[in-house]
Amino acid sequence: MAGQTQINVDLAEAMVTTAPPLADWLVVAPLVIGFVFGALCLMMRKDTGRQPAIAITGLALMLAADIGLFWHVWQNGTVAMTMGRWLPPFGITFAADMLGATFALVAGIVGLAGGVYALEDVNQTGRRYGFYPFLLLMMAGVTAAFLTGDIFNLYVWFEVLLIGSFGLLVLGSEREQLDGATKYALLNLVATTLFLLAVAYLYGTLGTLNMADIARKVAERRDAGPLFTIAAMFLFAFAMKAAAFPVNFWLPASYHTPRIVVSGLFAGLLTKVGIYALLRIFLMLFEVERDLLAGTIAVVAAATMVLGAMGALAQNDIRRMLGYLVISGIGMMLAGLALGSRTGLSGAVFYAAHSMVVMTALYFLAGIMGERMRGFSLREAGGLYSQAPWLAGVGLVLFLAVSGLPPFSGLWPKAFLVKASLDVGAWWLALAILVTGLLTTIAVGRTFAFAFWRERQVPDDETPAPASSKAVVGSLLGLTFLTIAVGFYPEPFVQVTDRIAGELLSPQAYVDSVFPTGAIESEVQP
Amino acid sequence: METAIAIMTGVFFATAFYLMLSRHIIRILLGVAILGNAVNLTIFTTGRITREVPPIIPDHAAMPEVAIANPLPQALVLTAIVISFSFFAFLLVLVFRSYQELGTDDTDEMRDAEPRDEPAPPLGY
Amino acid sequence: MRTLIFRTIAPFLSSLMILFSVFVLLRGHNQPGGGFIGGLIAASALAIYGIAFGVSPVRRAIRFHPMALSGFGLLLAAIAGMLSIFSGVPFLTGLWVTPTFFGVPIALSTPMLFDIGVYFVVFGSITSTALALEERERD
Repeated sequence: MAGQTQINVDLAEAMVTTAPPLADWLVVAPLVIGFVFGALCLMMRKDTGRQPAIAITGLALMLAADIGLFWHVWQNGTVAMTMGRWLPPFGITFAADMLGATFALVAGIVGLAGGVYALEDVNQTGRRYGFYPFLLLMMAGVTAAFLTGDIFNLYVWFEVLLIGSFGLLVLGSEREQLDGATKYALLNLVATTLFLLAVAYLYGTLGTLNMADIARKVAERRDAGPLFTIAAMFLFAFAMKAAAFPVNFWLPASYHTPRIVVSGLFAGLLTKVGIYALLRIFLMLFEVERDLLAGTIAVVAAATMVLGAMGALAQNDIRRMLGYLVISGIGMMLAGLALGSRTGLSGAVFYAAHSMVVMTALYFLAGIMGERMRGFSLREAGGLYSQAPWLAGVGLVLFLAVSGLPPFSGLWPKAFLVKASLDVGAWWLALAILVTGLLTTIAVGRTFAFAFWRERQVPDDETPAPASSKAVVGSLLGLTFLTIAVGFYPEPFVQVTDRIAGELLSPQAYVDSVFPTGAIESEVQP
Repeated sequence: METAIAIMTGVFFATAFYLMLSRHIIRILLGVAILGNAVNLTIFTTGRITREVPPIIPDHAAMPEVAIANPLPQALVLTAIVISFSFFAFLLVLVFRSYQELGTDDTDEMRDAEPRDEPAPPLGY
Repeated sequence: MRTLIFRTIAPFLSSLMILFSVFVLLRGHNQPGGGFIGGLIAASALAIYGIAFGVSPVRRAIRFHPMALSGFGLLLAAIAGMLSIFSGVPFLTGLWVTPTFFGVPIALSTPMLFDIGVYFVVFGSITSTALALEERERD
C-alpha cells in the first residue's frame, strides 16, 4: 500500500521524480480523447440524435491534438512519456517521432472526414448499433498504434482497432456482411496471434519489450538468438495485416461489404497500420535482418502491386475494384521498405499518407456514384456526367491521383520510388511500379469512361436521383482539396517525409528521447 | 520442465493448424482459440520457468526477500488471455449468426460476398 | 431449464454472485482478485438469471443497456488515468488518498477507480454477448 511509507526507498532508481512537461501529454491526448468520447457515445446509445455531435466533437479534438503533437515534434524532436512514473523500460512508453506523428495526423484527418461523411451515410439503425462508439474506438486504436513505444502494447492496440473494425464491419448484419466479416475476423485474428508469437520469441531472446530498449540491445545480442527467424515472423504477420501478396485474400472478400464510409475508413487506415509497423520494426529494430530480407520484400512488393492492379482490372463492382487498388498501393509502400534508402523510405511514407487520403476519398466518391446510379456494377453504370459535372471533376482528380499521374498527389511518391529503385539498379522493381501505374490508369480510366461519359444504361424511373447532402459532399471535397494541394505544392510534404526517412535510418534520437541521459541501464537478463 | 512444456506447445500448435485447415468454420474457430493458447504457453515459457515464489513483496519489506518468479510473462499472458477470450466470444456470436443467415458452415459454400457467377466487367461500349 | 428448483434458487445464487463479485473487485488491490474477474463473476450471475427467467427480465433488472454500462466503465478508466495530470505526474500514475470515516482509514486510489472501470467494461460487454446468445436460443 502506498499509504504507509515507513520504509525508505530511493524511488529515483525506478521512478520518474520530476514532473513531465505539459506538452508531453500531447502523446497520449489523441487516444484519451478517443476513449472518453467513445465512452460518452456508448453511454448515450439510445440518443441517436445527439451522438453524431459528440462524436464529431471528439474526432475534431483528436485531430487538433494530432496537429498539436505534429507541430511539437516538428519543432522539438521526438517526445516520449512513460506511463505510471516508472522509468523505461519498466513502464509502458508512448513515444512520438515524426513517423508516428505524421501517420497519426493523416489518420486524424481521414477519421474526421469519415465521421462527417457518416452523418448522412449511416442511418438511425446503424447509429443505434453503435457506429460512432466503434468508430472512435477504432480511431483511438489506430492512433495509439502509431504512437506507442512498446511492442507488446502495439499488439494490444492492434486488437483494440480490430475490435472496433469488427463492430463497424457487421453494422447491418446482412448476409454479405456476415460472410465478409467472418473471413476478415478469422484471418486478422490469426495474423495478430502470429504477431504475438513473434513478440514472445523476441522477449525470450532479448528480455525486453520496449522498442527503444530493443533497438539498444539488438546490436550486441545479434548472435544470441534466432533474430532472423523472429524478423521473418514479424514480416509475415504484418504483411498479412497490410494485405501483401500472397496473404491478401481477406481484403477483397470483405472490404466491399459494409457501409461505404466504413469501407473508406478501412481502406485509408487499417492496412497502413501494418505498413507503419513494418517500417518501425524493420528499420529501428531489425536493420541487419531487413538487409537480408530485402530481396524477398522486393519480390513480394512487385507481386503485390502488379497483381493488385490486375485484380482491379478484372472487377465489375466498383467497390471491389477499389479494394484491389488498396492492395496495389500496399505493394508501392513495401517497395520503399525493400529499398531502404533515404529516397525510397521518403517515397514509401509519402505514398502511405497519399494513399490514406486518396483511397478514402475514392470510396466516398464510389458511395456518391453508387447512390446516383443505384448500384455499383460497371455494366449498368453510366450517365453521371450529365447528372453532376462537378462529380466528374472530382472523379478525374482522384483517378489521376491514384494512378500516379500528374499533377496530383500520387505522382511525387511514385517518382521517388522509381528513382530509388534505379539508384540501386533494381530496374525490374522500377518497371513493376510503372507497369502498375499503367494498369491502374486503365482500370480507373475505364471506370471513368463507363460511369461518367457513357449514356445512362438503366431506364430512368420517375424518382430523380437523390441530391447528395452537404456532409457527404463536404468530406469528399475536403479530401480532394488535400490531394490537389499536395500535388501542386509538394515541397513542405517532401521536407516532412525526408526528415522521417532520415530519422528512420538513424534511430539514435528516438532511443535517446525514451532514455534521456542519466537514465538507468536496465539489468534485466533473460 | 522446459522440454515437457515445449512438447506440449508443439502439440497445441499442431492441433491448432490441423483444425484451421478444415473447411468447417466452427473447427477453424476452435483452431484459432487453441492457437491463442499455444502462443500464451510460449510467452510463459520464454519468460523462463523457475521454481520460485510468487512475486509479491511482503508488507514490511521494500523489496522481495527471496528470489521471485518473473512477473512480466504472467502479466503478458493475462492480457493476451483476456483479449483472446473476448475475441472468442465475439467470433462465436459472429460465426453463429452467419451460420444462421447463410445456412452453411462450409467455407466453400460461403460465397455471398464473392459470388461465383459474378459477371466480368464490360469490354466495350 | 425452467425447472422449479432452478427457478427458486437462481435469484439467491445471482445476488450472492453479484455480492461476491464486488468483494473480489475490492480485494484485488492487496490479494488475488480484481476488476476483470469480478466483472466476469457478475456477468455469469446475470447469465444464470437469464437462463432461469429469460432475457427480458434480466434487461429490466439492470435498467441500463449492458453496452451503456460498458461505456460508463470505459469513461471511469479514462478519467482514472487523466487525474494524474493535476498532480504533475505521467498518465496512469497511481494516486492515493486515505480519508478517515468514523475512525476507520479507507484507502482510495486511482488504480481502484480504474479497476471499477474495468469491472463495468467486462460486466457490460460479456453480459451483452451472453444475452445476445441466449436470445438466439429462444427464436
